[in-house]
Amino acid sequence: MAEFLQFAFSGLTVGAVYALVAIGFTLIYNASDVVNFAQGEFVMIGGMATVFIMAAGVPMPLAAGGAIVIAVAVGLLLHRLAIEPARGADAVTLIIITIGASIFLRSAASIVFDKQFHTLPPFTGETPIVIGGAAILPQSLWVLGGGVVIVTILWAFLTHTILGKAILATAANRLAAKLVGINTSYVVGLSFAVSAAIGAIAGILVSPVTLTRYDVGTLLALKGFAAAMVGGMGSPIGAIVGGLLIGLLEAFGAGYISSDYKDAIAFLVILAVLFFMPTGLFGRASVERV
Amino acid sequence: MGRLFNHPLAAPALIALIVIACGFGLGSNFYLRVAALVWISALAAIGLNLLMGFAGQVSLGHAGFFGIGAYAVAVGPNVLPVSPLLALVLGIALAAVIAYLVGRPILKLKGHYLAVATLGFGILVYMVLSNESGLTGGPDGMPVSRATLFGWRLKGVDTWYWITGGVLVVGAWVAVNLVRSPTGRALRALHDSEVAARVVGVDVARYKLVAFVVSAVYTALAGGLLALFNGFITPDVAGFMHSIEFVVMVVLGGMGSIVGSLVGAAILIALPQALSAFQEYEHLALGLILMVFMIFLRKGIVPSLVALAGRGR
Repeated sequence: MAEFLQFAFSGLTVGAVYALVAIGFTLIYNASDVVNFAQGEFVMIGGMATVFIMAAGVPMPLAAGGAIVIAVAVGLLLHRLAIEPARGADAVTLIIITIGASIFLRSAASIVFDKQFHTLPPFTGETPIVIGGAAILPQSLWVLGGGVVIVTILWAFLTHTILGKAILATAANRLAAKLVGINTSYVVGLSFAVSAAIGAIAGILVSPVTLTRYDVGTLLALKGFAAAMVGGMGSPIGAIVGGLLIGLLEAFGAGYISSDYKDAIAFLVILAVLFFMPTGLFGRASVERV
Repeated sequence: MGRLFNHPLAAPALIALIVIACGFGLGSNFYLRVAALVWISALAAIGLNLLMGFAGQVSLGHAGFFGIGAYAVAVGPNVLPVSPLLALVLGIALAAVIAYLVGRPILKLKGHYLAVATLGFGILVYMVLSNESGLTGGPDGMPVSRATLFGWRLKGVDTWYWITGGVLVVGAWVAVNLVRSPTGRALRALHDSEVAARVVGVDVARYKLVAFVVSAVYTALAGGLLALFNGFITPDVAGFMHSIEFVVMVVLGGMGSIVGSLVGAAILIALPQALSAFQEYEHLALGLILMVFMIFLRKGIVPSLVALAGRGR
């Protein structure tokens, strides 16, 4: 039982990060139909920028704030310089552009920062909390709590503010949104900024547990993409469930079956889910017009 | 001039000319080696292009087939009484069978869902190759024994340059023929609209599967050639980044353009070599070039340039 709880908690911690990356994917995808493979780089920037600003002697909360600002600036630049000029291109062309951006940002990070692993100090100590025989790092609770807070704020923002409703309207129907006077280009830029901020916060929360390096974004983007797909592309709830599911599958797969094959187990389940539910757990079946 | 471009043999003939010109023009072994790597990648890219550019189905896991071909050549002779070349044939057959079995269920998926399913397939292959170290040497890779053909040992960069170049030309020629056959027309029909293709009587599921298996065969052949050429192989050839590189070659060069696949492969293989003088900035430049090309030549390099030339006339 203690073992089970241990695996469940580590799975939820990693899963929460996947879920946040998947939410970032979903936000941008809904607003602009772009699958942003540079999403993982926002997580990397969040962690790495905090490390290096702190190294300059800035206290952690300020450094974290600075890192989020940097990530948002990068997100806005990405939209302005790479996505906006390619408006109307094929989906796969846009994907290649974001892959190019991801390679560019990773390389830029290895030059601006360095190629070493870094860690951040845990927010509230390192003494594990023992629950039912399982030892849980306080930082894991920060990751989980942070995830819940981010999702709540995002939900409130989307449903209770004019700007948020503009994002939802653009996601529902871009042409109709434009007709009622919404500046959709601005909304897409905003979705990049919000996604970048969410990614950066996830990076800051999880770096004390999993370490960070210039190239951690690739794997996160891959897992986040898989999470968004297994949940059903475009569904925020699907993104959360998908992320947690992949995190848990990895943890239990590594714990009970084989740590060498933990990624394989996660992807086998994804294949099985897609086999029975071809549009993911919460996706809607779409009708193709001829 | 325009009619010359549209001739069915234009693409393979152009590729043959390039292979021959480079074969005599590139003096040093280093350049011949890079060129042979370009031919191998171009072969895989042409295969993936048949799937992406003509049938309109995305695969983010094609390096998996590349790895199957490569490791069949490396592992085959150790466990079976076969020569490396026979192992290559067996590896291609294995890739075709796996593509058939995997393709049947996952080709029902569409768009991004298909992308993530093929991605999962590629990762499974990669995990098996890097974890079964008893057979494959694990993440460190394994040596590949030299191939012999009628008692003649196939070694030396120039030998392999002509072998890979020759296979590429034949591969391009077969691909062009396939595209111009009724199968090719069916593939393009389902690329434009699956529903419409089904309405006019195209067996959509079957043709998608045909395209998937054929592209797997091309990619596995390319993987086997790389193993024989390099004499050493690591699981990274089946990795996610390699799958992405193949997709980038296809899209950068131009979906549906055979010559484009060669151009895309040349850029992705030769550019890092050219930029290696700037070590630190190599990937920075690569990412930047990818973005700039896709923003300004969004149909891919070759189709965009052909369209530009057409407008100029």
